[in-house]
Amino acid sequence: MPDAPAINITYSGNRARTVELIVRVILIGCALVAVITTVGIVASLLFESLRFFQKIPLTDFLFGLEWSPQTALRADQVGASGAFGAIPLIVGTLLISAIAMVVATPLGLMSAVYLAEYASDRTRGIVKPLLELLAGIPTVVYGFFAALIVAPMLRNGGENLGFAISSESALAAGLTMGVMIIPLISSLSDDVINAVPQSLRDASYGLGATQAETIKQIILPAAVPGIAGSLLLATSRAIGETMIVVMAAGLAANLTLNPFEAVTTVTVQIVTLLTGDQEFDSAKTLSAFALGLLLFVITLCLNVIALQIVDRYKEQYD
Amino acid sequence: MNIQTNIGGATAEQANIVPNPIIEVRQAQVFYGEKQAIVDVDVDIQQNAVTAFIGPSGCGKSTILRCFNRMNDVIPICRVEGSITLAGQEIYAPEVDVVVLRQKVGMVFQKPNPFPKSIFDNIAYGPKIHGLTTSKADLEEVVETSLKRAGLWEEVKDRLDQPGTGLSGGQQQRLCIARAIAVQPSVILMDEPCSALDPIATATVETLIDELREKYTIIIVTHSMQQAARVSQNTAFFHLGELVEFGTTEQIFSAPREERTQNYITGRIG
Amino acid sequence: MTDPDSIIATGRSPRHKAELRFRAYGIAAIIVSLGFLVVMVGAIVSRGTGAFQQTFVQIEINVPANKVDPQGTRDPNVIKKARFSSILKKAMRQRFPEAKSRQDKKSLYKLVSSTAEYTVRDAVVADPSLVGETSTFSIRASSDVDMFMKGNIDPTLEQSRRRIDDKQLAWIEQLRAAGQIEKQFNTQFFTGGDSREPEQAGIWGALAGSSLTLLVCFLLSFPLGVLAAVYLEEFASKGRINRLIEVNINNLAAVPSIVFGLLGLAIFLNFFQLPRSTPLVGGMVLALMTLPTIIIASRASLRAVPPSIREAAFGLGASKVQTTFHHVVPLAMPGMLTGTILGMAQALGETAPLLMIGMVAFIVDIPGGVTEAATALPVQIFLWADSPERGFLEKTSAAILVLLIFLVIMNLIAIILRRRLEVRW
Repeated sequence: MPDAPAINITYSGNRARTVELIVRVILIGCALVAVITTVGIVASLLFESLRFFQKIPLTDFLFGLEWSPQTALRADQVGASGAFGAIPLIVGTLLISAIAMVVATPLGLMSAVYLAEYASDRTRGIVKPLLELLAGIPTVVYGFFAALIVAPMLRNGGENLGFAISSESALAAGLTMGVMIIPLISSLSDDVINAVPQSLRDASYGLGATQAETIKQIILPAAVPGIAGSLLLATSRAIGETMIVVMAAGLAANLTLNPFEAVTTVTVQIVTLLTGDQEFDSAKTLSAFALGLLLFVITLCLNVIALQIVDRYKEQYD
Repeated sequence: MNIQTNIGGATAEQANIVPNPIIEVRQAQVFYGEKQAIVDVDVDIQQNAVTAFIGPSGCGKSTILRCFNRMNDVIPICRVEGSITLAGQEIYAPEVDVVVLRQKVGMVFQKPNPFPKSIFDNIAYGPKIHGLTTSKADLEEVVETSLKRAGLWEEVKDRLDQPGTGLSGGQQQRLCIARAIAVQPSVILMDEPCSALDPIATATVETLIDELREKYTIIIVTHSMQQAARVSQNTAFFHLGELVEFGTTEQIFSAPREERTQNYITGRIG
Repeated sequence: MTDPDSIIATGRSPRHKAELRFRAYGIAAIIVSLGFLVVMVGAIVSRGTGAFQQTFVQIEINVPANKVDPQGTRDPNVIKKARFSSILKKAMRQRFPEAKSRQDKKSLYKLVSSTAEYTVRDAVVADPSLVGETSTFSIRASSDVDMFMKGNIDPTLEQSRRRIDDKQLAWIEQLRAAGQIEKQFNTQFFTGGDSREPEQAGIWGALAGSSLTLLVCFLLSFPLGVLAAVYLEEFASKGRINRLIEVNINNLAAVPSIVFGLLGLAIFLNFFQLPRSTPLVGGMVLALMTLPTIIIASRASLRAVPPSIREAAFGLGASKVQTTFHHVVPLAMPGMLTGTILGMAQALGETAPLLMIGMVAFIVDIPGGVTEAATALPVQIFLWADSPERGFLEKTSAAILVLLIFLVIMNLIAIILRRRLEVRW
């Protein structure tokens, strides 16, 4: 080859390759932090819970109807061992979450429907960020508001109507939590409704259906899986919510479904057990981790199911 | 690999017509997963000449072009078989440094894609990462020469610090060519470089390509037969992943040997 | 009867009414939701703004040289040791000589903050020429007096049902008539640490704690989150392991925040024996919590960088690392920063995990480093909200206002950043 340029394309050294390799390893390491976090959560919760279950049988914890984790001051004290039945806490948690969902579902869903189907771009541009503001307010603020305004208002209202509402009622915490969850439901449902293809709407309008009929009979049924997924995510959020219930719900573990009475929740008990002076290795302290594990498992199941439903729904219209 | 024994049929004769080949392709096959995109291609690229790859869309002309600097490596399911050599060295050999390969075989893309940086930085980036310059003055000289060769110097010399994305489409594409030149390549691959440009900008770029031939070997993929006829010395016609015919541009356009070539250049397939 | 073929809208058909009703439900839902927001913010603003002011009482105090600085050294260390509480009490008895009985004197002293003697002491230490002179001092009123001055105590109530007795009311009236009691801007609220006395309590300690915590959180979560996103988006092949990491991150984003607190307690405090109640551990826990937010935002931002940029760099012979870090990451940076700021805003408002790692203690000192015990602004709000004193209600609301203002600022920065820097392709 006359006049061929001096072209050499083979590796001249290993330095560049080494740099690439090191960078890659660092990057993988960073990505693995998320995995390590999950492993850390599961490991720490499991490890401490197992120590708890050595003292208190698992069945007593899962099926016990009484929760009073006081530790004995003297060995011969009555009820020294404490009772660690989680049922009242689970029922309390579900009661408050249910109230929250009863408040948030219609409000969130209807807001989403209005914003997605009726509102002009201008209205949407104003209202959507305002609703998101509701989501950006720290939960400690909601808790303060629930304890300061909502609970006394309900108690006074009850008094005027002639029945007793506890000042730490499940209703006050649930109502406030419901408002906190509205933006979560409305923004998730908004996405879901927007994912319903325009062709379905066109088909319905083409038959002479009104907008409300189209939404109720065509769009919402088509969006049901996605909406169900977002409601599950919202429920998981309600169950794991801490500050509102710590500040507005009670400490006493009443096993009741009456929303006017004080109930306590899993998260409230975790906070109560672990703040202030604590001795390690006592069943009382360890029980907080068992509750944490319970909370983690419940919310994880809800999240996994919800994310799967939403993913499958989105694929359907992609 | 003894390439001679692998050659068979009409394509082997065609491949050998080129004097001074810098890239030699023998029995190249390209697969995307299960799908075969390139079937048994043999072609030679003449040094310091413009070779045009033409053919209907989806014929594999861009695919084979992207083999020459291993841009296909980014697609995980892409697999290349056969032999492709650059100055006698197997491009897909394991000891090849893709980074060095791409410095030697530059590329200009369909849509002008200047970095969202200043004009100067756009050109200076390549020489910097390859360590081609030692001083700032050196670097400035490289930038100036590259822009001059790309015929852009007069238009931009007063605003080198302004973003490259602010130039017109034709200027952006010439900036991309200057950027490719700046790393001192031997071969420049051009993947439909004018398809996003207006006719006037296209004419400027075409003139530029013709001038660049003196120093560089150019392979241009185009869907415009007129463009191939205007700028290239050799032309390869691809259809459905096969190389149908390869010859001098004059021969392909005036006396095609194959019926499919004839049909394409007269507009019956496209 | 209407013509069955008519297409003129009558506006009275049941279908038309159903349409209007449905629409009204939507508007009502939005109004109720936003109404709650307005009521909540309104309630907090109306209760909180009072805390930005504090009642002060002007009192003439004679600082006797023989008691404060008998040798005339003017040495701050000597002056500091003097008993200013008796000097202050004496001055108050002189101002209101009618207080004779033990009971009355006790009521009298309760007009001013229990920390007032330190105000006097600090003033004298700062200006030793006051020794031996009689001069007017501006003394912080007690929380009860402050509440009364702000109209939060109803003087028409029976004496036993209010925290200001009739004698105190009379003295306050005297002071008011003499122009010796007035509300001033409450700098202490912004510059002081926590206190058991509402009139003395400030948020600076909590703000410093929050800042240090967020600093640690940012330094950990930003690089980790961005690099993890870069790996998943630019380097990872679509294998099983990466699918696992992705699912993992999505689920981690929905784990209740208190669980992260438990993780911090079990791993960081008990296993690694890191110092309790510190911004270091708080920041680490919040970093793990905000990591999914940052990764998800960063990935979206990387995905928005057009592939042509990567091709251009590869075509020049840039390596994968060079292409990514010279071109792709800088272009994705505005989006990544936006996501990070939003994650930090979320972390700033987070309370529950910090309770788990002991950042809930009563801490008066301003933390000076990440390994000193501290509290954070939302935890301070929680602590004050739990305090029974009327004065803390106002402080809680005011602290919430400050927190909300910070959140609004962070969100505004994120919005501006997005508008200004984000390149549209």
